[in-house]
Amino acid sequence: MSLVSLDQVHKYYGENHVLKGVDLKVEAGEVVSIIGRSGSGKSTLLRCMNGLEEYQKGAVIVDNQSVENDDYKLRLLSRSVGMVFQNFNLFPHMTVGENVMLATKLVMKKSSADSEILAKELLEKVGLADKFSAYPGNLSGGQQQRVAIARSLAMSPKVLLCDEITSALDPELVGEVLKVLEKLKQEGMTLILVTHEMNFARDVGDRVVFMNQGRVWETGQSDEVFSNPQTEELQSFLAAVR
Amino acid sequence: MSYQLDFSGLVPYLPQFAAGLWTTIELTVISTLGGLLLGTLCAQGRISKDAWLRRSCSCYIEIIRNTPFIVQLFFIFFGLPALGIKLSAWQAGMLAMIINLGAYSAEIIRAGIDAAPKGQWEAGQTLGLTRRQVFWHIILLPAYQRVYPALVSQCIIVMLGSAVVSQISVEELTFSANFVQSRSFLSFESYMVAALVYLLLAILMRQTFALIKRFAFKNPSL
Repeated sequence: MSLVSLDQVHKYYGENHVLKGVDLKVEAGEVVSIIGRSGSGKSTLLRCMNGLEEYQKGAVIVDNQSVENDDYKLRLLSRSVGMVFQNFNLFPHMTVGENVMLATKLVMKKSSADSEILAKELLEKVGLADKFSAYPGNLSGGQQQRVAIARSLAMSPKVLLCDEITSALDPELVGEVLKVLEKLKQEGMTLILVTHEMNFARDVGDRVVFMNQGRVWETGQSDEVFSNPQTEELQSFLAAVR
Repeated sequence: MSYQLDFSGLVPYLPQFAAGLWTTIELTVISTLGGLLLGTLCAQGRISKDAWLRRSCSCYIEIIRNTPFIVQLFFIFFGLPALGIKLSAWQAGMLAMIINLGAYSAEIIRAGIDAAPKGQWEAGQTLGLTRRQVFWHIILLPAYQRVYPALVSQCIIVMLGSAVVSQISVEELTFSANFVQSRSFLSFESYMVAALVYLLLAILMRQTFALIKRFAFKNPSL
């Protein structure tokens, strides 16, 4: 059984048919990049995998749990699925350490001492051990995004969803975030990323999914997709972003 | 026009002023705490998934915000006994102030909650927090911070509004000033003292809230 499995997923915003029958399977340990033009449904697809968006038809199964619109089930699911956002969404009134420890205390019911040990370990991993007591407002965008990654890792998820996590960053800060992702891949973390970082998708990603008009238009191993795109749409897309 | 101010004539009545001042402070402190708590709960109620709760909270807020405070006060003090609920003047005044501040602060706090970026809710949800946990741990404090100046002003308005509860013979500052001027015939002086004390109280309240702000909101930017 795949870690993430989408079967004929349809999503409508009112009359607007956004996802038109998406099939996608992601195995544990894979790094999958979802690329495509804006409005092609890639973020929506990602948000269907952890229940932030409802879908109207089809099935989404993550870590053997069906993703449904049910608060309790979604809370259980959140232990398997982490998410990092474009705008970081750190909690501004909490220190970096408190951001990372919030869910371990409230959801995992860990003691403060255990939470602190874990938080420091994770901040060390993303290279921000010295920022434990800083407030997010005093950090750079790249640092904030690394805190956000540490925060979602605190729930020890099986898969991490990354929704354009470098898009709000200054160009010189993108590298430090991508480095963290590379490290996570080496540790065997499953990553699904919506991204505009084609180099990262090609060099680090295992597989690429090209979304177009609400469908998975083309998919394959990263190097193949980039060196030998089959469809005209992907060819023109790659030409445009390169 | 040759009126001689005579503050010395008020000296024998200092105990009356002190007692009135104390009652005003009591009313203010308790109604501020109670009102803000009530307001916060109602603000939470207004974003609840339960339509019935949402509607009752809106109803309460709209009724209070669209009727005069003195009518609310009279309703509680003179009206409720008809239903068998008998309150002392002090209790009725206190209750009226709490209910009044509750409605106004609910609306102010809700504005702060509405201004919370959607991503804050989503981040909390993806971390596995319940809606209630997201509200209390993530949304609320920054919401207070956003609307803090408006909230402080409202609390001060309610403090000043406590003068109205003298109408049901709660023996607070305005009641004392009334009493003193009727005995001493020094109306000008009595009310001048009362006005000055209210002014000082308002300044003191602002200072206190500024102090609370420093301890409660530590994040540099919002």
